[in-house]
Amino acid sequence: MDAPETPTDGLNIVVCIKQVPDSAQIRVHPVTNTIMRQGVPTIINPYDLFALEEAMRLRDQYGGQVTVLCMGPPMAEDALRRALGLGADKAVLITDRRFAGSDTLATSFALATALTRLGADHPVDIVFTGKQTIDGDTAQVGPGIASRLELNQLTYVSAIDTLDQGKGEIVVRRRAEGGVQVLKSKLPCLITMLEGSNEIRRGSVADMLRAARAELTVWSAEEAGVEDVMMCGLRGSPTVVKRVFAPSARDEQAEMVTVEGKQPAQIGDAIIDLIFAAQPKLEADLSAALN
Amino acid sequence: MSEHFDAIVVGAGPSGNAAAYTMAKAGLNVLQIDRGEYPGSKNVQGAILYADALERIIPDFREHAPLERHVVEQRMWLLDEKSHTGAHYRSDDFNEDKPNRYTILRAQFDKWFSRQVRAAGALLITETTVTNLVKDDAGRVIGVETDREGGPIYADVVVLGEGVNALVGQNAGLRPELKPQHVALAVKETHFLPEQTVRDRFNLAGEDDGVVIEVVGSVSSGMVGTGFLYTNKESISIGVGCLISDFAETCIPPYELLDNFKSHPSVAPLLKGSEMKEYVAHLIPEGGYNAIPRLTGDGWVIIGDAGQFVNAVHREGSNLAMTTGRLAGESIVQLKAERKPITEANLKLYRDKLADSFVMKDLKKYRRIPALLERNKQLFTAYPKAMSQALQMFLRVDGTDKRSKESAMMRSVKRARGSWLGVATDMFKLMRAWR
Repeated sequence: MDAPETPTDGLNIVVCIKQVPDSAQIRVHPVTNTIMRQGVPTIINPYDLFALEEAMRLRDQYGGQVTVLCMGPPMAEDALRRALGLGADKAVLITDRRFAGSDTLATSFALATALTRLGADHPVDIVFTGKQTIDGDTAQVGPGIASRLELNQLTYVSAIDTLDQGKGEIVVRRRAEGGVQVLKSKLPCLITMLEGSNEIRRGSVADMLRAARAELTVWSAEEAGVEDVMMCGLRGSPTVVKRVFAPSARDEQAEMVTVEGKQPAQIGDAIIDLIFAAQPKLEADLSAALN
Repeated sequence: MSEHFDAIVVGAGPSGNAAAYTMAKAGLNVLQIDRGEYPGSKNVQGAILYADALERIIPDFREHAPLERHVVEQRMWLLDEKSHTGAHYRSDDFNEDKPNRYTILRAQFDKWFSRQVRAAGALLITETTVTNLVKDDAGRVIGVETDREGGPIYADVVVLGEGVNALVGQNAGLRPELKPQHVALAVKETHFLPEQTVRDRFNLAGEDDGVVIEVVGSVSSGMVGTGFLYTNKESISIGVGCLISDFAETCIPPYELLDNFKSHPSVAPLLKGSEMKEYVAHLIPEGGYNAIPRLTGDGWVIIGDAGQFVNAVHREGSNLAMTTGRLAGESIVQLKAERKPITEANLKLYRDKLADSFVMKDLKKYRRIPALLERNKQLFTAYPKAMSQALQMFLRVDGTDKRSKESAMMRSVKRARGSWLGVATDMFKLMRAWR
């Protein structure tokens, strides 16, 4: 398929998103100990939503276009359609059996290759990603893309202060150990967004209808521009998963406190009594402090 | 910019999907709106799929729908505190090419059904709540308002498959508020068990064979209600539901009811060693024929649970939902083809199709049952107990002669209801309501 049309003026922004299983609803098969994917809802990696919202804010302010890019199985189309419903302009899915089993090295290779194709007519100004995914938790793919495309990388960004299109400069705030860094970078660059930096908008009726109707751009490895498939999927992935296991349940015990009557004070007293019964020292310390 | 569709379907449950599929397949421009995160994420059922209703919509569904087990055995239990009296029916005839009933997991089934609807050409938007209906000056419904920006969406007809708690219809003044005695609250848990364990415990030869158990008696703690236990591929669905009005009166928490059911000596061994995977609760419209609201108007039509289309006696609901959805869809397609407006008068077509179908015939047949059960709760307590006591006396060998045992059994039935007149009245009422 052809690449989606790129803007003739304004920013060309690409947001890389990942479809992940909803970790709140994951179940582990009690016999095989593997994750039961069947019936588990999938969501857009929650950190990626902060990247998408920030990208759309820049678009709304400076003009241009936001494209969401995702590597995954064909069902990842749901995540892209969802992103369109939230207000993204274009969506590209790169999907190929040969991508299966990709670790972060192979994933960043595939995404970087597709990004190169997306920037063929009009260079990509900013690539956004979330700070990490909730299933892999590595935070490596964003920096991996930046390093392959030789983009300045601005990780753990909490806010974008200014963007000067004329000069091709951006100023961001980055969370660092012990404080906040204010960084200025040349465009193009790659930004990984920190959680809580904004709140994802709710798309309009028109966005939702457009998303439901949209024909997505779907690329195979070749179409995405991959020349060496040995760099993709399992073969391009040096990471070896040694073992997958469900951690055994912790042995903290929960206790249900039943109280006669429904007064908040009675319930509070019952709970406090229980805590003090288990922690006599706490009770002694507290009464000493109060007296 | 506002859009106009041939039809807007509110809800992506069995009724909404049936209606949207039927209309889209016939070439209508259909928009379906669901408030769930994904289509079906808010849907809850026991769940048994009755093949016939779906087969009339998607004839080859068995080839690709996610089905758990086909039902080869039905058990009906009268539950007492420590015992159950059961009637079991199993037949190899149920192992047919096209089985009649299946257990399903709704989360998976509904996603599949929704994919068929979209493949048929309907447009679906989720995470969008229809907040109200838009009417023109003449009071005709011409579209919907949603909780998203961008104004109303218009259509020639709005099909309300919004489910039991039908707030859209209620807000728009099309129907009254639900009455507590017309709605049951059901709670359900899904318990994981290895596939082989399920087959061993329920004596299932074929790998897709399944058993369902429907339960009345002490399971409802004196309220109007029933319990159920269904076998899925590698899990068991177990639940209990009672009228909201009874819950309000007794103040019994629903989870307590389910806990008691699960620990009943007849049930606990079936669940032993299982791991609870899901806990859900949902409302079921059980008011029957007399609780059915007005179903049609200018530019609107009601289908599924929103129309109280549940046969509580036979535990049927999703098949009524699919059938009413299909009939509404077919009626709209026909009116469109004849270039007739979708008005109250022209929607007589839908009302006639309904009256002609098993849906209305069955609900009408049992129209006296809901009120009868509500006023005769002894049916749920006295008889299961009496039955249990009588049978125990009959089976226990303890040196008492049989004639004395028989009189004692009769006395225990009489005692359970207070008098023979009470028993006779109950039987008469039941037979009259059943007719």
